[in-house]
Amino acid sequence: MIPSPAPSDWAVVLAGIAAIAWVNWYFFLAKRTAVTATAGARGAQEVTITVHGGYEPAEVKVKQGQPVRLIFDRQEDSSCSEEVVIPELGIRKFLPAFQKTPVELTPGKAGAFDITCGMSMLHGKLIVEG
Amino acid sequence: MAIPTTEKKAGAKVDIPVQGMTCAACQASVQKALQRQPGVVDASVNLMMKNAAVIYDPAVTRPEALVEAIRDTGYEAELPRPEQTAFEEQEARDRANEEEFRNLRRKALVSGAIGLLAMIVSMPLMASAIHHGPVADPFMRWAMESLTPALRAAMPWLYRIPPAVLSWSLLALTLGVMAWAGRHFYVRAWSGFRHHSADMNTLVAVGTGAAFLYSVLATVAPGFFLSRGVAPDVYYEAVVIIIALILTGNAFEARAKSRTSAALRGLVALQPKTARVLREAQEVDVPVETVKSGDTVAVRPGERISVDGEVLSGASAVDESMLTGESMPVEKQAGDRVIGGTINRTGAFRYRATTLGSDSVLAQIVRLMRDAQGSRAPIQRLADRVSGIFVPVVLSLAIATFVVWYVAAGMDGNTGSAVRAFAAAVAVLIIACPCAMGLAVPTAVMVATGKGAELGILIKGGEALQRAGDVTTVLLDKTGTITEGRPTVTDVIPAPGAPRSADELLRIVAALESSSEHPLADAVVRHARERNLAFMTPEEFQSVTGQGVVGVVEGSFIAAGNEGLMADYAADPAPLAADAERLTGEGKTPVYVAIDGRLAGLLAVADPLKATAREAVARLKRMGLEVVLLTGDNRRTAEAIAREAGIDRVVAGVLPEGKVAEVKRLQQAGQVVAMVGDGVNDAPALAQADLGIAIGTGADVAVEASDVTLMRGDPRGVASAVALSRRTMRTMRQNLFWAFIYNVIGIPIAAGVLYPAFGILLSPILASAAMAFSSVSVVANSLRLRRARIA
Repeated sequence: MIPSPAPSDWAVVLAGIAAIAWVNWYFFLAKRTAVTATAGARGAQEVTITVHGGYEPAEVKVKQGQPVRLIFDRQEDSSCSEEVVIPELGIRKFLPAFQKTPVELTPGKAGAFDITCGMSMLHGKLIVEG
Repeated sequence: MAIPTTEKKAGAKVDIPVQGMTCAACQASVQKALQRQPGVVDASVNLMMKNAAVIYDPAVTRPEALVEAIRDTGYEAELPRPEQTAFEEQEARDRANEEEFRNLRRKALVSGAIGLLAMIVSMPLMASAIHHGPVADPFMRWAMESLTPALRAAMPWLYRIPPAVLSWSLLALTLGVMAWAGRHFYVRAWSGFRHHSADMNTLVAVGTGAAFLYSVLATVAPGFFLSRGVAPDVYYEAVVIIIALILTGNAFEARAKSRTSAALRGLVALQPKTARVLREAQEVDVPVETVKSGDTVAVRPGERISVDGEVLSGASAVDESMLTGESMPVEKQAGDRVIGGTINRTGAFRYRATTLGSDSVLAQIVRLMRDAQGSRAPIQRLADRVSGIFVPVVLSLAIATFVVWYVAAGMDGNTGSAVRAFAAAVAVLIIACPCAMGLAVPTAVMVATGKGAELGILIKGGEALQRAGDVTTVLLDKTGTITEGRPTVTDVIPAPGAPRSADELLRIVAALESSSEHPLADAVVRHARERNLAFMTPEEFQSVTGQGVVGVVEGSFIAAGNEGLMADYAADPAPLAADAERLTGEGKTPVYVAIDGRLAGLLAVADPLKATAREAVARLKRMGLEVVLLTGDNRRTAEAIAREAGIDRVVAGVLPEGKVAEVKRLQQAGQVVAMVGDGVNDAPALAQADLGIAIGTGADVAVEASDVTLMRGDPRGVASAVALSRRTMRTMRQNLFWAFIYNVIGIPIAAGVLYPAFGILLSPILASAAMAFSSVSVVANSLRLRRARIA
């Protein structure tokens, strides 16, 4: 005969399911704020992205066909974030620790492009609006 | 233009042009902003020159950061030569890497020592708690059973210390290690968490953090556990040892990672710092950045050539192996090109500087390499997709592990259920390693592109590497690819009964041809010079379009050309017709020679096969590749060359568009096509092919349309490039396989799937050891490529 679980066991099971649901919601679904790049020097759309365990803002909106300057301000020396990659746009850049590194591009096509670290652990998005 | 950065003892100096300053106040605000920057030793801004001269510590800051600082004040600034950062960026990377390694090593050593101490202190603690039941952690149980007798004999006083004192001192020790050596795990995990992202640090932080909090609870309120029939075990030693082991793994990884770019570093180191330049008839040593195009540079035997240029006077043999992989020194004389970074071996010479700074061959190679090493291979996409969801999935698994253990053990009536459930969950968090997956492909790309460069094979990136590994058909262009690319005299045949010897004939024709600019004429003149035949210019000269040349040499009337020309000058070519026919069949161009209206002999000119072409073709065939000769030349010549080279399939008489069509046709037939050409008239076909291989001459680096550039004209490089790529793809697949399988097997074991059947449970300490070395093993496997034998 299979012994039936104690009430405390049920509590643990429910707490566990809730915790798993929360973990997945928090890391995959929770809304991130998008920031629209503003006109900076020489008319380029400019935005500063703080790199510290992630990208802040994690989503950047820019307009298609106009030059964009993404300034990555890396405020840590964790080797995880030492490179920033936008695979679909062929961009890979080394970010020295505690420095601002500009990445310049002109998006030719509209769409959402992933911004990731060299090992694809940190995630951001570049949203190019047509 | 001079490169603006010069290293000095006090730091580096950079001149940054600043735009938009209109007044002294502007000047002051830019200057103040610069001086406030960390790492800036001195900054002076000149309003008139529109220029900021900054002396800075390169270990702290970089010119780019200074430019940003200026821009933050609202003025426009740009580095004069942004491309020049290839060398600097590599140096900055190396510095960061070296610092990371030292830091990690120090922390790993210290926390390892503390971990051992914590283990020893834990022994009497566990012994005192033994009446609550066996120690939960299998590793510690084993350690205790095997070490206790020795420890009791050596340090009996340890066992007289009250357990509470031991617990509290362990707590303090552990907290110290976490706050110092493990600090970055927690800081990074937290800042990642705030951004909804999770990485390896999250796993380490949650795993060790949970173990620590549990232990603190057991130390502060042991009654809470005892009242529930659970032993108040502490895991302090586990926390410390886990941190020490992961730091050790990270340190090894940092070291190994820096080795993957050794080849690139080697290239950067080739650039000499000074050049000996002729200034006002004096030879002066100047920083290489100050050399201008057109300067005359002097080189002595044994010295490294400082900048690219063209030899003016003198002759020498130059070792270009570091750039082209060619082991034989290359003879240089007036008019020849020399490349900065190569070594002058035998003679002294002077040369005129040509391409400098970021345009130099070496800088181009470094840039190409750096871009290649940073590029991604398509095979990485799977790893990327897994990495992206890995950590949250592992967190979920750890929670599930805890729940299942808790409920299952509880139903068995096991009172230690919470403890065991907890240990298993921590082991899951600790053993999971996303880093190995992230490193699997990029480290292989780095090592392979570096290895390629050492062999004189520049591979444009991970994608090119992957396609090169898949190639099934190789199309070889003829001229310049498998042949030398310039006509050469192959045969000199005097007519039967004619009075002149072969050399005499050659000498006279060379005299005549020395006035012609036809490529065939050049071949004759060169051949005569090579045989040390002295000749004068002709007294008279005339070229007959489409037929040949006529003229007067040493009082005799000479005609050199085809049968038509002979007929015009009443010379009968019949005695040599059979020879001419044979030579044509061999793909050579026959040139009849008539002297004073009588047939004197026959010369044959051909573009000879490269010495290594036959071997190159044989090697490609051995690798199971289909080899096709693709050329614009006529069928007869093409087939003769193909026969000589051992190629079975010939597509002759095609124009550049025809080459593209042929590539497309093969692609539609399902072949993965590599096109090999000199990159000039083959550019469209190179671009159309799945893999474009440009066969260079040592100085032409940036062949745009190609995926692979062979620095040396040796066609055997094609086989080497494919072999290297195949080998690299194998390494990548191994890496990915092990990185995946490690997690796929390790996580369930840590979760305890083997426990019901075999009673095997993984200690979190062993889990951390496995985790630490899984990524090291991936990097080490990639580094094996460095020693791979690619002929």
